[in-house]
Amino acid sequence: MLDVLLDPWRDELTRRALAEVTLLGIAGGALGCWIVHLRLAYAAESLAHGLLPGLVVAALTGIPLLAGGAAGLALAALGVAVAGRLPALDQDTAVAVVVTTLLGLGGLLALSAQTPPGLGDLLFGDVLATGDGDLALAAATVAVVLAALWLLHPSLLAVTFDRAIAPALGRPPFTADVAVALLLALVLLVAVQGLGNLLVVAVLVGPAAAARLVTRRMAPMIAVAAGVAVAGGLAGLYVSYHGRTAAGASVAAALVAAWALTAAATHVRGLRT
Amino acid sequence: MSVLVRAEGLAGAYGPVDALNEVTFALQAGERCGVLGPNGGGKTTLFRLLTGELAPRRGTLERPRVAIVAQTERSRLDFPVSALDVALMGALSRTPWWRRPRRTERALAHEALERVGLADEAQRTFGDLSGGQRQRVLVARALVQDAPVVLLDEPFTGLDARSADRLERLLAELAAEGRALLIATHDPDQARGWERVLCVNRRMVAFGAPDATLTDAVLEQTYGRRLAGVL
Repeated sequence: MLDVLLDPWRDELTRRALAEVTLLGIAGGALGCWIVHLRLAYAAESLAHGLLPGLVVAALTGIPLLAGGAAGLALAALGVAVAGRLPALDQDTAVAVVVTTLLGLGGLLALSAQTPPGLGDLLFGDVLATGDGDLALAAATVAVVLAALWLLHPSLLAVTFDRAIAPALGRPPFTADVAVALLLALVLLVAVQGLGNLLVVAVLVGPAAAARLVTRRMAPMIAVAAGVAVAGGLAGLYVSYHGRTAAGASVAAALVAAWALTAAATHVRGLRT
Repeated sequence: MSVLVRAEGLAGAYGPVDALNEVTFALQAGERCGVLGPNGGGKTTLFRLLTGELAPRRGTLERPRVAIVAQTERSRLDFPVSALDVALMGALSRTPWWRRPRRTERALAHEALERVGLADEAQRTFGDLSGGQRQRVLVARALVQDAPVVLLDEPFTGLDARSADRLERLLAELAAEGRALLIATHDPDQARGWERVLCVNRRMVAFGAPDATLTDAVLEQTYGRRLAGVL
């Protein structure tokens, strides 16, 4: 039994992967609570997919993935902003059109004959390839996200509670919106390399949605979400090691399973009382 | 008595057409003013002008710091905040965005909840409170803001008689402390108990003491002929 628990961590690669998913879990779980309450889950998903062409171009040209991802993110945000102003499209449709276009473009670039293999890593991540630089970046991201959320906590509470009244309280929503958007961009960029373009949203939404079911205040919700995300990362890596499944996908599945189990448990408890 | 709010020829608009215009009135410290008007008549526009959310299209407006007690169904009732958290939001306008509330501000919020009779509910979730209790939490938030002018947007809607009595007493106390209150309401009879009324129907119809102001002609211009007969 002990071997089952300890075996995965005898290998340097899985130890690094565990450190990476732990850090990403803390940052993503904490920020995800505000993403869920500000109803930005769809925006997060869209931005994550929209940055694919940037990643692919970076992989093709050899520039750092981080720079390519940042450029892709800026392009996606710009596209959504422009399309959202077209009178013929409502906001959700505009986002869907832009993101589908970008995802398709990314796929087209990645599947062309000249492209070296490795699209899978961009779409599904390669957490087992985590290097020292990745870990340092993830640790810095955790520090930035936690510090920003701590400082902004009172402002975010006021803005999320009642956007219309927030300006009269001295907190115009704009500052909070920009801060959350920047943090979201940061977490997406850093997490997308470990968890991949299609799975990164799992760490933002799954743990926060689970934590929302079992907590009654924001601060405990953030703590629980970060804990669930870390536990999900650990569980996902065990599944991946013993089941020989893809690491990023296993982690994403574990994060979503955490929400499903919590929802089922609270539902059953609700039926009993 | 000192004048706290003064509006002269005030007009507010969202597009090319004025949502409200010709608003001229002055409120003194200690006065409660009922704001009467049909839905879409400009009550909310007047409040947005007073909070500064909407810039005047024309005219002038002088007022000190303004707090607003909004309709609580418009806030996020599923959002996990306690009554204390909401009252504490009143301290934000005095603190820079990077500074978290200090003990003195938490003490102020506790005091304010005590004043509105909700000391025991401080840790309850805002969305779990009754409608009347939620209104009083927002009044507590206005107290923490320590604003000389308080706007209340239809605060009596959906309250049972006991909660309404309690809120009415609280408003009288706030006025007695020298605040000016503007209270949007659908009930002219309730407004008769206050010092001033302001009637709007896309423009200001009338302003003054209730007995002299709430004539049949004014109510008809405010609400239209049919409804004025019913009232």
